[in-house]
Amino acid sequence: MTEPGSGAQTLFDLKEMELNFGPQHPSTHGVLRLKLKVDGERIVDCYPIIGYLHRGTEKLFELHPYFQNVPHTDRMDYVAAATNNLAYVAAVERLFGLTVPPRARYIRTLLCELQRISSHLLWLATHAIDIGAMTPFFYTFREREIILDLFEEYCGARLTLNCMRPGGQPFDLTVGWEERCREFIDDFPSKIDEYEGLLTENRIWKKRTVGVGVLDPDVAVDYGVTGPLLRGSGVNWDLRKATPYEAYGEVEFDVPLGKNGDTYDRYIIRMEEMRQSSRIITQCLDKLPEGKIMAHRPRVMKGPKVGEAYAAIEAPKGVLGFYIVSDGKPGPYRCRVRPPSFMNLQVLPEMTRNHLLSDLVAIIGTTDIVLGEIDR
Amino acid sequence: MNDEPKKPGQDELPADEGGAETTPESPEADAPEAAEADDQAKAEAKAKAEAVAKAKAAAEAKAAAEAAKPPWEKLPVAPEDEDATDDPLVAALREQHGEAIESAFLCAGDLRVQVARSAIADVCRSLKIDHDFTMAEDLCGVHYPGREVGEFEVVYHLYNIPENRRLRLKVAAGEGESVPTVALVHRGFNWLEREAYDMYGIRFEGHPDMTRILLWEGFNGYPLRKDFPVEGIDTGSAIYPEYYDESAGPVTGTGTGWRPQPPPEPEPEPGAAAGEAEEGEG
Repeated sequence: MTEPGSGAQTLFDLKEMELNFGPQHPSTHGVLRLKLKVDGERIVDCYPIIGYLHRGTEKLFELHPYFQNVPHTDRMDYVAAATNNLAYVAAVERLFGLTVPPRARYIRTLLCELQRISSHLLWLATHAIDIGAMTPFFYTFREREIILDLFEEYCGARLTLNCMRPGGQPFDLTVGWEERCREFIDDFPSKIDEYEGLLTENRIWKKRTVGVGVLDPDVAVDYGVTGPLLRGSGVNWDLRKATPYEAYGEVEFDVPLGKNGDTYDRYIIRMEEMRQSSRIITQCLDKLPEGKIMAHRPRVMKGPKVGEAYAAIEAPKGVLGFYIVSDGKPGPYRCRVRPPSFMNLQVLPEMTRNHLLSDLVAIIGTTDIVLGEIDR
Repeated sequence: MNDEPKKPGQDELPADEGGAETTPESPEADAPEAAEADDQAKAEAKAKAEAVAKAKAAAEAKAAAEAAKPPWEKLPVAPEDEDATDDPLVAALREQHGEAIESAFLCAGDLRVQVARSAIADVCRSLKIDHDFTMAEDLCGVHYPGREVGEFEVVYHLYNIPENRRLRLKVAAGEGESVPTVALVHRGFNWLEREAYDMYGIRFEGHPDMTRILLWEGFNGYPLRKDFPVEGIDTGSAIYPEYYDESAGPVTGTGTGWRPQPPPEPEPEPGAAAGEAEEGEG
């Protein structure tokens, strides 16, 4: 037995120990690696290591003309392709000065809100499984399947949608799509009640989420955290309200805000966001105007002027921005993606400090990260 | 204009008489011709004027139709830069930082301010404290090879949540020049500066953890620079220094010595083989 303080360390002297979490771990939602410093089961520090899924998307953007880059955006946040498409085409439209016809704006809003619901459903399913509730997975995938079918009917793809073009929409809605969408969305709030019946007042769920991963609003803003994470801490910033784009200025909806900034608040907010999304979809279907779906533009677009444009939208995970620099050629000189998950993951060490190792899984789940977007 | 009706009559008379006495009254004979030419010119001018008026009217109608068209039917017009030096925010920054604020432009609703490299952290701090630009939205690098004011550019996006206002700051930096870090002003810029370093090799002075973030620590090169090949480069020397020279790596086709095998030769037909054998014997 070594004397305490002699410098030699045995297992029992060791107070803090390093632990590798991931990259191949089912609850890291992809290939995220965390270097943890733990004191028993308590997390002292956490150092995320990313980049395992780096594909050089920003370099690829520079190789292709503006109008051929949309499919690259699908592969970033691969569970919410429609919002990625929208952020990219919005930046290109701003660069070229294109104006989108109203029908296309409404179709885009419809697709984006359906995408938000499907992204939140996937989040709920995996988050609940991480914490130990198996059943919500089957419930949410039932509804997600219908949304993916609607996407498939509209553009032929279920995940990598490629469903928007700079200047408008490539296709009009298919015959009967509106009815099928309305049928789904009329029924959907009752489905949310089902999920909430399983979780909201569930004692185990509350024990695992209330007071876990508290995020201070000032810290959240300082770290550039956006989306439900930021609103969970009570900061009212939703780009759909702040700078309305597409048809969001013409529909009514509320922005849910949290009070405590913990995992439970963020769960409540995402559930409420799904309800608000279905409200937006119903209004869009009611107001859907007739007319053109593509702006008048030359058949072959020459390069824009030398300049730059930045456009940001509210993606399901937070603010997704595209910054495009043009040198007058047909393709972007530089195309920068501002991924919401990247900034949201950065705050993870702040949220996990002094929590138990088992809470780490809940906190990773609540940040709702997609590694395809972080590593690009 | 009054002469016009008479002229046809005058025309006819000289034409009848013209056969007899063309030579003596040349001026008179000229006159009808001149009148004729004059007449023609006038008619032409009139037609021209009419055509111009018509074209003008058509153009006006077209312009009116164009103006009446909804914006998505018109040809796109790219946004223009406007000078924004007199913007109150820029004026306030000028007062605080003087020459460090180099220029300011407004384009498509976004304010863009060029800042001197050494002053960027101070400008960000005063924007955060005095002007409510609390949200660290984005930071990225851009590479302009051979540019005079500095090969690289660092672009910052800050957001003011209460006023819903976005601000873009730009800093130029040459190869080997480091930019003061803003990670101590907005903690959100920590990873973004690491990414800019990872992709462009721009160093940030005073950054708490200036390491690569997306690529592995031994990666050789900065992939988003314009001179970096899209196919990538091999960085084998960083993993196996005992096998490869510095900044070298495996070369295609040499690694394990494996080569694609040539296709097997077709077996000769029995008859032909027999013939060959006979020939050999002969």
